[in-house]
Amino acid sequence: MTFFAEIFEGLRISWAAIRANRMRSVLTTLGVIIGVLTVTMMATAINGLNSTFQTSISIMGADVVYVQRFGWFMDRNEWLRSRNRREITMEQVRGVERQLTTAQAISPVAMTRKDLVYQRRNGGAVQIIGTTEKQVETGGLNMSQGRFFAAAEVEGARPVCVIGDDVATRMFPNESPLGRRLQVGDRTLEVVGVVEKRGRFLGMFSLDEVVFLPVTFFFNAYEQRPDLRIDVKVGSLAGIEETREELIGIMRKLRKTPPGAPDDFAINQQEAFVQNFNKVGGTIAALGLFVTGLSLFVGGIGIMNIMFVSVSERTKEIGIRRAIGAKRRTILLQFLIESVLLCVMGGIIALLLSAPITLVVALFLPAALSPSIILIALGVSITTGVISGFVPAYRASQMSPVDALRTE
Amino acid sequence: MSLIDIQRISRLYQMGTETIHALRDVTLQIQRGEYLAIMGPSGSGKSTLMNILGCLDTPSGGKFVLNNSDVSVMDDNALSEIRNREIGFVFQSFNLLARSTALQNVELPMIYAGVPKSERHKRAMDALSAVGLADRVHHRPNELSGGQRQRVAVARALVNRPSILLADEPTGNLDSKTGVEILALFEELATKGNTIIVVTHEEEVAQHSRRIVRLRDGLVAADEILHKNGAAAPETPVFPPIHASAHAGPPPVPPGAH
Ligand SMILES: Nc1ncnc2c1ncn2[C@@H]1O[C@H](COP(=O)(O)OP(=O)(O)OP(=O)(O)O)[C@@H](O)[C@H]1O
Ligand SMILES: [Mg+2]
Repeated sequence: MTFFAEIFEGLRISWAAIRANRMRSVLTTLGVIIGVLTVTMMATAINGLNSTFQTSISIMGADVVYVQRFGWFMDRNEWLRSRNRREITMEQVRGVERQLTTAQAISPVAMTRKDLVYQRRNGGAVQIIGTTEKQVETGGLNMSQGRFFAAAEVEGARPVCVIGDDVATRMFPNESPLGRRLQVGDRTLEVVGVVEKRGRFLGMFSLDEVVFLPVTFFFNAYEQRPDLRIDVKVGSLAGIEETREELIGIMRKLRKTPPGAPDDFAINQQEAFVQNFNKVGGTIAALGLFVTGLSLFVGGIGIMNIMFVSVSERTKEIGIRRAIGAKRRTILLQFLIESVLLCVMGGIIALLLSAPITLVVALFLPAALSPSIILIALGVSITTGVISGFVPAYRASQMSPVDALRTE
Repeated sequence: MSLIDIQRISRLYQMGTETIHALRDVTLQIQRGEYLAIMGPSGSGKSTLMNILGCLDTPSGGKFVLNNSDVSVMDDNALSEIRNREIGFVFQSFNLLARSTALQNVELPMIYAGVPKSERHKRAMDALSAVGLADRVHHRPNELSGGQRQRVAVARALVNRPSILLADEPTGNLDSKTGVEILALFEELATKGNTIIVVTHEEEVAQHSRRIVRLRDGLVAADEILHKNGAAAPETPVFPPIHASAHAGPPPVPPGAH
């Protein structure tokens, strides 16, 4: 009862004091505003990265391994050691297709970039993927229109293609793309299907800016012996290790790697991404924590400073309250309330500011001001208020009533 | 039993190497219901004594018994409670909270005492009307005259029904007419049985009281009883006599009458 009445009185007085020094209060909270803003942005960014990462991984399929000439994350030394590796050829793909027993689907991938033209419309360069019908499984593709090209069309190197969702909307805004003749580089292909929208990979490049065509056609039309990637869908996460082992054996045989020599190819896996992401995420988080901590520290010092000023300005008031019967803890509480109120105001302003910023960020990352972020921001504000207000408030509470009353 | 019983109290201030004896050796008994003035030249220790009586300050030596409890051994919390419940202060410079209204100022002691909101409001309103400020309750101190401010201070001092009203130069910042008004208010409170101690250096102010204690150099130089006749009988009580029901003891016996 007394406690709540005291809190209420403390709030009333603090609010009056803050209003009486409006300019000063706003300037003081600036540090906290920046601090809390950093916290909010950090949390939003990390949240956003996480969810992007999760969706990106699930787009690509977590149970797919990629046999490639190079590893995804190589340092300089590894790069120097491996740059003379031979390409992965279609013969090796055939070999893997024949010998591998532990996989659900295997498809080669040849990549290049070509300009798209349809009638008068120039679509610019997009990613061209030469592959087989098995890409539907290895890439986890769903069709929104038409069909994927068939095994026979791969066999016959037919000029057919399947386009990504962005390509479809861009090149064929007002008509169905199916059956249209799309110019890819200097060849013309018939569109037989459109892949369902897949979004951006890690928020960076669109997976829908893409044209799939038979890998055999790719050889004939664009590049005879490109370096290939072999996508292997294992079918289960648990089977990945076994498949890896088997793949290594088969590839070494196919590429005639001398016994004892290291693998002259790499088997890439989403997990590498996970690890790398965690490393990057950890770095970002650490950096963010540092910046956040620093700005909150500076903000907290500002609050502490102004609380010292407030206490010394109101020494007389402290004396009056003590004479009337306020206990030490009442005075302590009152000034703590004031500093917490200042910080919470800063926090609220920061949240208001971060709302539009989040909207801008949301253009690149799936960022949103979640309730948990709001709670974190307010929690951080309150903590800053308590910590930075404590010493001034404690000092106020320890003043002798007579000395406090004597000041003018 | 005296309401206030101080025995050989002293108060020293250490200023560097020099020791200042604000109070040297003061012994004093004050009974419930007394209206007493403390006089003396500047620097004689009046305010120091007042602060000790009001439990704002603790003596360097001696014993202080208030209402049968030994104040000299109490901790800060207990002293705060005594100030809150047993003592009402009125200061020369009013000492109201500038950012609070008259009503909020008067409610404050009750907030610290844990009085529920509705009762708090009612009692504060009553106290303010008792000092004639029923129409000024929502004014802030800077919207009130000096006399009105001092009335708010008196209302605040009395709202928790303390045992003692302590006033340090209550008329010092008021013109003589307003000063007289405040003194009349004190007179009325005294008649109702409130214990009042006024510090003053004005003989005129002191003459309103029933007993004058004169200090000189931190010592009691004189302690005189004023014999008055014609103290008006009370009609409607301004404030109910403090503790009137709880301590229906014998009427105040001035010291020296033993
Ligand atoms: N905090 C302090 N530190 C040092 N000396 C003090 C302090 N407070 C009071 N004194 C000294 O104690 C003595 C008594 O002071 P006090 O304030 O009680 O005088 P007073 O009788 O109230 O005087 P006045 O009529 O001028 O108010 C003075 O000499 C004063 O200088
Ligand atoms: Mg004085």
